[in-house]
This record gives sequence, C-alpha cells and structure tokens, in this order.
Amino acid sequence: MIEIRELKKSFNGKVVLDGVNLDIKRGEISVIIGRSGEGKSVLIKHIIGLLKPDSGRILLDGKDITTMSEKEFREVLKRFGMLFQGAALFDSMTVEENVGFALREHTDLPDSTIRKIVKEKLKRVGLEGVESMMPADLSGGMKKRVGLARAIAMDPEIVLFDEPTTGLDPIMSDSIADLMLDTQRALKTTYVVITHDINLTYKIADMVAMLHQGRIIEKGTVEEMKANPNPILRQFLEGRAEGPIKVF
Amino acid sequence: MREFFERLGLMAEKAVITTGQIIIMLFQAVYYLFLPPFKFRNMFKQMEFVGVRSLFVVVLTGSFTGMVLAMQGYNALKRFGAESLVGPTVALSMARELGPVLTGLMVTGRAGSAMATELGTMRVTEQIDALYTMAINPVKYLVTPRIVAGVLMLPVLAIITDFVGVLGGYFVGVKLLGINPGVYIGRTIDFVSVNDIFYGLTKSAVFGLIITLISSFQGYHASGGAEGVGRAATSAVVLSCVLILVSDYFLTSIMF
Repeated sequence: MIEIRELKKSFNGKVVLDGVNLDIKRGEISVIIGRSGEGKSVLIKHIIGLLKPDSGRILLDGKDITTMSEKEFREVLKRFGMLFQGAALFDSMTVEENVGFALREHTDLPDSTIRKIVKEKLKRVGLEGVESMMPADLSGGMKKRVGLARAIAMDPEIVLFDEPTTGLDPIMSDSIADLMLDTQRALKTTYVVITHDINLTYKIADMVAMLHQGRIIEKGTVEEMKANPNPILRQFLEGRAEGPIKVF
Repeated sequence: MREFFERLGLMAEKAVITTGQIIIMLFQAVYYLFLPPFKFRNMFKQMEFVGVRSLFVVVLTGSFTGMVLAMQGYNALKRFGAESLVGPTVALSMARELGPVLTGLMVTGRAGSAMATELGTMRVTEQIDALYTMAINPVKYLVTPRIVAGVLMLPVLAIITDFVGVLGGYFVGVKLLGINPGVYIGRTIDFVSVNDIFYGLTKSAVFGLIITLISSFQGYHASGGAEGVGRAATSAVVLSCVLILVSDYFLTSIMF
C-alpha cells in the first residue's frame, strides 16, 4: 500500500534519513522502532506530507505523493488519520467539537448525524459521556483516546501513530494497545506506528522494522525479530545500555 | 571585527527572509479568502474577539485622550486667544492621528499578543500539524479570518475612539473649562471634513492588517516550547507597534 524508496532527509547538514526503504502492507499494523532521535517522527511526517524529502519517493498505491500538487495531496490526506504524541487536541474546542471537526469541515452532514457519529467513535475508544469536556480537563490516557476517535472519525484507510504510549503508565499503555488492536481489527484499517515501547510492539505488530542511523536495518514479524541475531536489534529489544549502540 | 560583520550579515539575511515569509503569508491569506469553501463562522468569531472585546479599552483610551487633548489644547490656545479652536483641535487630532494610532496600539497589546500566543501554542503542541493532516489548510483556517477581522474591525474601533474622544474633549472643554458649547460644536463642524475621517479610517485598516498579519505570523512560526511562544508574543507586539508608528508617518505624508 505504501512504498518508501531511498528516502533521504537532512536538517542543517545533519543526515536524519539516509536512504530508507520500507513497504507498508494494507490492513496490517506496521511498527517502526528505534531509539529516540533516530528519525522515526521525521519518517512518519514524510508519509503524511508534513515534511518533503531531499530525495527518494513515497508511493501510495503506486502514486508518488512527494511530487503531488497541494490540491491533489489534500484529497490523499482524507485517506489518512493521525494520532500525535500529545494527541494535539484543539484546546479551544470541546471533545465533541474535536472529534467531529473533520466531519464538519469536509462533509455536509447535519449536526445531529455528526453528533451521532462522534458518540459512536467515542464509544469505540471506550469513552462515553465526555462530549462536553474540554481537553484541559482530560487525563493523558483520555486525551489519547479522544485523539484516536478524532483520527478515525472520517473512517480513514490509514492511521499513523506517533509514540501512542509515551507518557502513559504501564496499565494505560496496555489498555491503549488493546484499543489499537480492537479498532484496527474492527475497521480493517492500515496502522503505521512509531514507538520505542517494546511491549506495545510485541502485542500489536504484524510487521516490525527497526530504524537505525537513518536506515531500516531489520524488518520482519515479531517472532522473526525476536529470533534475529543482529546485535544492534538485540541490544534495543533487550533494553541494554551496553552493546554496539553507543549511548554517549 | 570579522565576527561583528558576520553577525550583521546573518541579521540582515534573517530580516530579508522573514520579510519575504510575511509577504508570502499575506498573499496566501488573501488568495484563500476568495477560495471556497467560505467559513464565515470563524471570521465572525475573530471579529468579535478583535472588535467587540476591545471596545472597553478603546472607549477608555479614547475618552481620556480627548480629555487630555482638550486640557492641553486650551492651555496652549488660550495664549493666542484662540480657545474656540479647542473643539477642532481635539476632533482633528483624534480623527487624523490619535484615534487610529492609539486604537492600533491598544489592540496590538490586547488582541495581537493573544493571537500570537494562541497560534504559537497551537504550533508547539502540534495542533497546526493536526489541522494539516485533516486536509485543512492552516493558513486559510487560522490566518485569513484574523486578517479579515483586523482590517474590518480596526476602522470601526477607530471611529468609536474618535467619537468618545470628541465627547471627552467636549466634557472638559465645555463643562470644566467653560467654552461655549455652540462655539465648540460649530467650530468642530467647520474645520473637520469627511476626508479627515476617511483617511483616519484608511490608516486604521492598514494598522489592522499589520497587527493581525504580524501576530499571526509570529505565532504560526513559533518554536521552542513555552519560551518560544513567549518570544513570539513579545515579537508580535513590538514589531506591530513599530510598524504602526513607521507606517503612520508614510501614510500621513501620502494622505495629508
């Protein structure tokens, strides 16, 4: 569904992505792991068009999205949803207005229908009765759930997740993992997740890819990655300070 | 020495780049104004924020400015036996200069800083990125309504400032300093023309554009967390005030 070919990106002379090659399959949960600062967020921002590569291509169903016009790409964006690391809820709007935002901007649905859809999406993420609350009144876990409800409001084909469990306690993290599995199976959506949470990866991933020094160095199923002897991958998966990856 | 010139060069380069970015944002905002879909709700919300919520501060500013002008004007004109010209002095000063400029400066402090802070916070918490990912053009959604609000509401506020300024001047001149009310009003009507008011309102519209464009730009491009947002708000206010005063000179020299 998404093919990333030789993607390169530098910022002020510092190389962040150095020829990334990756395929994201339709209907699967693909997880990209890597250390903090390796470029996972930069990679995901390229997929959603927030950044343009220095070179390389990103093909969506065979079409290169990096060279599309703004008008064409805006139509492509309607196939995507994204959950940001901090949820990025609009803090001047209620939960109901946040989740229904894209529906109000892009459709002519009557307000009553939108409110019904919002209620259904919130129920799907395990939240009920929070429509009139403001983002500032929500806990971290609730914000992520509302963010996910907003991301799936338009029934997108692809949902991107930027560190969905960062900042959450282990119980809440597991609950978010369950939620991601439930919604993905129900909606048959393609999920692309970037994270350094190994437990989350093991629980939800159909495919895992490790980003290290600007390239995908290993990819496979969870079982394949667990059995992979690559010392860099092993050090990351086992969470050891000592190994080929130097901390300082 | 070399370091000094390097720094100077970098500052000049940054100033040129920033000016270019501001002009590009202005062109984009105006372009998107005429591109459907048209979302008037956002525009009215901004007009209410910039205009209606600034009423109290501009009424206060205008009335006291008129009162001070009348007092100072009377003091100066009495030496020439020209107290009857206090009315026109207040009215002309308010309409041509003080109304637009003081309104602009007050709205900068109130609405301009709030705009920069709001957009800056949206930027650093990825809310602007979220808008983009929902296929909504952030400039069209955030900046265009603010600029429209500034251009439309500043002249309205300026005329209110002029009116309360003249009222304040009347109160001081007639009630406190004993100028004949008929003379005060009559001389005011004799000397103040429609052009004086019109040019003042034109200045206000330009100031409204400056405030909203600069404040939106600073907030939209904020970075570096809370400190960055604070910097954006400060820059927005300082730059807007400076540009209001500089453009005031050039507009005055063209119009008058």
